[in-house]
Amino acid sequence: MLAYFCNFKDLNMRKTKKYEPLVELIFRISSVMTIVAVGFIVLFIISKGVQPFLSSNKEGTYSFVKFISGLEWRPNDDINKAQYGILYMIVGSLFATGGAIILGVPISIFAAGYLSELANEKVKKIAKAGIMLLAGIPSVIYGVFGLGFIVPKIKEISPMPQGQSLLAVIIVLTMMILPTMIVIAENAIASVPSAYRNASYALGASKVYTTIHVIIPAARRGILVGVILGVGRAIGEAMAVVLIAGNVSGGIPTSLFEPIRPLTANVVLEMSYATGLHSEMLFATGSILMLFIIGINLVLSRIIKRMGKY
Amino acid sequence: MKKILIVALALVLALAIFAGCQKETETTVSDATEAPADNTETASDATEAPEAPMSLSGEVTVSGSTSVEKIGIALGDEFMAMYPDVKYTYQGIGSSAGVKNANEGVTMLGTASRNIKDSEKEWGMTEEVLAYDGIAVVVNPANTAVSNLTMEEIQKIYLGEITNWSQVGGEDTAIVVVSREDGSGTRGAFEELVEFEDSLTADALISEGNGGVHATVAENESAIGYISFTYIDSAVKTVTVEGVEPTVENVLATTYPISRPFMIVYHEANLSDAAKAFLEFTKTDLAKEIIEEKGGIAID
Repeated sequence: MLAYFCNFKDLNMRKTKKYEPLVELIFRISSVMTIVAVGFIVLFIISKGVQPFLSSNKEGTYSFVKFISGLEWRPNDDINKAQYGILYMIVGSLFATGGAIILGVPISIFAAGYLSELANEKVKKIAKAGIMLLAGIPSVIYGVFGLGFIVPKIKEISPMPQGQSLLAVIIVLTMMILPTMIVIAENAIASVPSAYRNASYALGASKVYTTIHVIIPAARRGILVGVILGVGRAIGEAMAVVLIAGNVSGGIPTSLFEPIRPLTANVVLEMSYATGLHSEMLFATGSILMLFIIGINLVLSRIIKRMGKY
Repeated sequence: MKKILIVALALVLALAIFAGCQKETETTVSDATEAPADNTETASDATEAPEAPMSLSGEVTVSGSTSVEKIGIALGDEFMAMYPDVKYTYQGIGSSAGVKNANEGVTMLGTASRNIKDSEKEWGMTEEVLAYDGIAVVVNPANTAVSNLTMEEIQKIYLGEITNWSQVGGEDTAIVVVSREDGSGTRGAFEELVEFEDSLTADALISEGNGGVHATVAENESAIGYISFTYIDSAVKTVTVEGVEPTVENVLATTYPISRPFMIVYHEANLSDAAKAFLEFTKTDLAKEIIEEKGGIAID
C-alpha cells in the first residue's frame, strides 16, 4: 500500500482521481496555515504596537519620535512622567547582533570548510555530534552559563565594576548562532560540485588553497543563508541575554564593557507586570524588533538572489 | 491508504487540540460568572466548619505576586490535603497582574506584595492582609567593611548620588546597583519605602525576579541589591538598616523600616465555596505556621 504513491506503474486512474484532490487539499491547507499564522502574528503585534501613538488611544498617547529616539526607558502610571525611549535598546541589539555575526561568520566558515573538505571521518563525526549538541541546548542554559562563567571572567578584565555587558552578550550569542551557521555552511560547501575541486587540483592547488579560494567562494550563497538564520536568532534571542546584558534603563553603550538592554530583554522583563500604556509600549517594542528582523531578511535575501548557485 | 489514514488522524488531532483550547476558556469564563449564583446556600457551612474535611470540592484559583508564591503554594498544598476534592492553583505573575485578574474574574483571588494602589481601590474589591514581608538589603559576603546603611544612604545609592563604597565606610570600589524589573511588586514596595520612586539611577543593573537579584549580588563583590526575606541565605550578606536587623521580630515590632504587607484581594461574587473556605483557612493557626515556615510574617 505504501507503494501506492511512489510507484506510478501501479497507479489506477480511477483511484488517483478520487484521492488526488483530497491530498492536494491537505497539502494546501498545511501551507496556508503557516502563512495565516505568520500573518496573524504580524497583524496582532503591529496593531497593538501602533496603539500608543494614535491620538484616539484611551490609555494615552505617546510621541513616536520620542519613542524611537529616546535614550531612557522609565515606565510610569503617570504618562507625563513616563519615558519610553528605545533608541539605546535598538543600538544595543544591533551592536550585540553585529558583534556576534562578526565573530561567528569567520569561525563558522572555517569550521565548515575544515569539516567538509579537510577533516578525516573520525574528527568529522565527533565534531558534528558536538555541533548538534550545541544546537540543542536550551537558550536559558546558555544564559545561566553566561552568568556563572562568562560574566565573572569579563569582570576580571573590565574597567567597569560589573561583568554584565555588551561583550558578554556578544560571546554568548556567538556560541548560540554557531551551530546553525556551521551546519548550513557545511551543507553548502558539500554541494559544490567536485568538478570545481578537481579543476583546482589539476592546476596544482593544494587542498587548503582550494578550500579557501575555490570552494568557500563558490558556496557563498549557502553561507549567507546561514548568516540570515544567525542574525534572526541573535537579534531575537531573549532568555539567555536577559541574564547577562545588565538591562540598564538608559544610555547608549560606548564600550564593549558597558551593560545594554536589548529589545527582547525589555519585553521579557516587563511583559508579565505591565498594564495599560506600559504594556502597549512593550508591544511597540516588539513591533520594532519584528520590523528589524523582516528588514534584515529582505535585504539579505535580495543579496542572495544575485549570488551564485550554491 | 496508510498515508491517507495518517494524515487524516493528524488532522483530527490538530482539530481536537483547537477544540480543547476553546472548551477550556469557555469553562473558566462561565465558572467565574456563574459562581455567585449557586454558592449562597453552602457558603455558611464552609465558614462554620473549615476543619471538617467533608464534601467541599471545586476550584480555588489564585494569581499574583511572585513574592507571595512560596506561601501561596504551601497554603494551597495544605488546603488540598485537607480537602482532596479541591483543586487549588497559584500563578506567580506579579502583583499588578494578580490584582487585575481578581478584578476581571480571571482568577478568584489575587495577591499583591504591596499596598493596593488608589487606582486599584476604585475597583471596589475586598482586601485582606495575609501576612507581612520585609525587604532585606543585601551585599556580597566579600564586602565585610559595610554592615549597616541608613535609609538615606540606601536612597542615595539607588539614586546614583553615592557611587563608591568608600562613601559609606567601605572599600574604594564602585557600587554596582542591582534592581528589579519595572512593575515588580518588590521594586514598587522598595522604591516607595526608601522614597526614590521613579528615579532609579540609569546605571543600575536590572535582574529578573528575587532569584535574579540574589544571583547577581552573590556573583559580584561590589553589588548591592534587595530581596524578600524568604530569599535570604548564606550566598548574600544582609545589612542592618538604621542599625536594625532585618528579622521577622523587627518587622512585626515595626522597627525595621523596609517592610510591606502581603495582600489578598477579591470580589465576593467571584468566590467559589472552596475559595471562601480557603480564605477562612488562611486565618487558622496552621496557616500561620505555614506562613512563618515560608519566611513570611503572620499577623495575630
